[in-house]
Amino acid sequence: MYRYDEFDHRFVSERVAQFRDQAARRLSGELTEDEFKPLRLMNGLYLQLHAYMLRVAIPYGTLSGKQMRKLADVADKYDRGYGHFTTRQNIQYNWIKLEETADLLQELSEVEMHAIQTSGNCIRNVTTDHWAGAAADELADPRPVAELLRQWSTLHPEFSFLPRKFKIAVTGAPNDRAAVKVHDIGLRMHQNDAGERGWEVIVGGGLGRTPLIGYTVREFLPETQLLSYLEAIMRVYNLHGRRDNKYKARIKILVHELGEENFRAEVEAEFARQKELDVEVESRELERISNYFAEPAFETLPRLSTGYEAARAGDPAFAQWVRSNIAAHRKDGYAIVNISLKPEGGIPGDATSEQMRTVADLAERFSVEEIRVSHHQNLVLPHVKLDDLHEVWKVLAANGLASANIGKAGDIIACPGLDYCTLATARSIPIAQTISRRFADLNRQHEIGPLRINISGCINACGHHHVAHIGILGLEKKGVEYYQITLGGSSATDASIGTILGPGFSGDKVPDAIETIVNTYLNLRQGGDDSFLDVVRRLGHQPFKEALYAPA
Amino acid sequence: MNAIETGKALTGNRLSDGEVVFLTRSGAWSVSIDEAVIALEPQSEAALERRGEQAVAHNVVTEAYLIGVERSQGRVRALHIRERIRATGPSVRLDLGKQSQGTGGGFAPQS
Repeated sequence: MYRYDEFDHRFVSERVAQFRDQAARRLSGELTEDEFKPLRLMNGLYLQLHAYMLRVAIPYGTLSGKQMRKLADVADKYDRGYGHFTTRQNIQYNWIKLEETADLLQELSEVEMHAIQTSGNCIRNVTTDHWAGAAADELADPRPVAELLRQWSTLHPEFSFLPRKFKIAVTGAPNDRAAVKVHDIGLRMHQNDAGERGWEVIVGGGLGRTPLIGYTVREFLPETQLLSYLEAIMRVYNLHGRRDNKYKARIKILVHELGEENFRAEVEAEFARQKELDVEVESRELERISNYFAEPAFETLPRLSTGYEAARAGDPAFAQWVRSNIAAHRKDGYAIVNISLKPEGGIPGDATSEQMRTVADLAERFSVEEIRVSHHQNLVLPHVKLDDLHEVWKVLAANGLASANIGKAGDIIACPGLDYCTLATARSIPIAQTISRRFADLNRQHEIGPLRINISGCINACGHHHVAHIGILGLEKKGVEYYQITLGGSSATDASIGTILGPGFSGDKVPDAIETIVNTYLNLRQGGDDSFLDVVRRLGHQPFKEALYAPA
Repeated sequence: MNAIETGKALTGNRLSDGEVVFLTRSGAWSVSIDEAVIALEPQSEAALERRGEQAVAHNVVTEAYLIGVERSQGRVRALHIRERIRATGPSVRLDLGKQSQGTGGGFAPQS
């Protein structure tokens, strides 16, 4: 795993000291709120409905057991005993006091964590595939590049005051699990016939008010030119991106307004200048970073484990969990364990401090100390031996962490919504809870198959509703919440933006509407392999509209 | 007497910890919406706003703004759901926030 080097340690400690001084000056009245707000946001501290909220960065979603244990301690000491894992692979605490924040940040820095690049108009925390370094289909671990981008972008003076926030996602696998087509920049690794690695550079994707799928500005960029190229994109954006209108300031609008060809020409011209400046990182530095992500010392194991097979045969609940929550590992005898943070009727992404400690223990005992956070608001133990799976499952089950619903109807993404967030127009969590209760029967969820339901409590789309198979957007009219439903979105390799099905519903009608949509699908599908998304794409919205809006 | 009075209350988030507070008749800030002073006419609304500006200038709250409320039998209900959630706590965690501390006023967000 990546360890902060001496430079990072000093930098983070200095940042905490700076913030301690800034907060003290604010509390004494020396700084006004207008002066202080940008400073606290640069340290991930927001003011929400009930209290301050701190968003802690989890670079590329990778955590050690020790770090997870610290997150649990912070939840107990500075919050109310829980945290919320987000769609940006970060964690948020909801009940933070300004007067205690510097102490909190100091504690985080002891385990090389911080809240930098989790807010503001900078390059945000880089996200990646939550199965990075473990997935069977991966060409190579994308995290060395994600870490390179982190080092390049952190406090980059030229890119600290961009027109708007900027999000980069990276994947090293052909099956996109990092949603690279709906980020400001998405990077996808490819390998050419000569076996050389290169990066497809996708620009101008995004969700929010104007959802757009990114377009490929370069099909195959040699890795040695990556920083120069990204720097060229950032310069074009910084120069031409709109600053007059917050809603038109993201790079997706610039790409859209310039047109893809003009945008590419601008970038390539800047890239030619960048190459002369030679900003590229030396290969030995990239090697140094890569060494931190060296493959763990995996044991040589047989492909099959008799103990595991026997447990599956003898324990139907375990077998069901294996079917939905286990993914193929690149090494024989190992598996990827996906831990659902979506128990029936629970709050998506929330974990108690005790659950965090349970996961930390499991990581240390069974997963070479590694944990990942997924943008689906779940956790991952990336390297578990098949022999240990039954034991891991038993511990998870005893701690409310064994919901067998990954990728199913109950695995709902939901932003905090109006229960916590100042931007929200409607509540998200109660809608997720009632839908999850409605689909509580796990056998039914497995029968329905892959289904992604995402809920956002406002147009900013933190809940990724645009790229859900069934998306739900909470809005408000005259003080009353109502919900729009979209169909046909995807954040995967075949990314698409869902479109609105018809008039919205009040919150209490949403579960019935979702059930009608799912039942319509079940009636229309041609066998169990015909997924919800396949059917929507093949038949369009009409049959669903007819079922949903038919006169009673 | 069961008359419902409708007017405006002044609210903000306390600087030190972000706690939701309401201006009271005495000029102090209370964590309970039931203790809020309510302006029933535009002139008193303007007076409340001036108090809010002073509180912001004195770093008591980060920002202060008027919200629509109604008072009935000594309990105060915010008219907008967002403000009802602020006055009570998250509707999905009844064990947290004002509602768990007896300072949530008499109205759930859904009411």
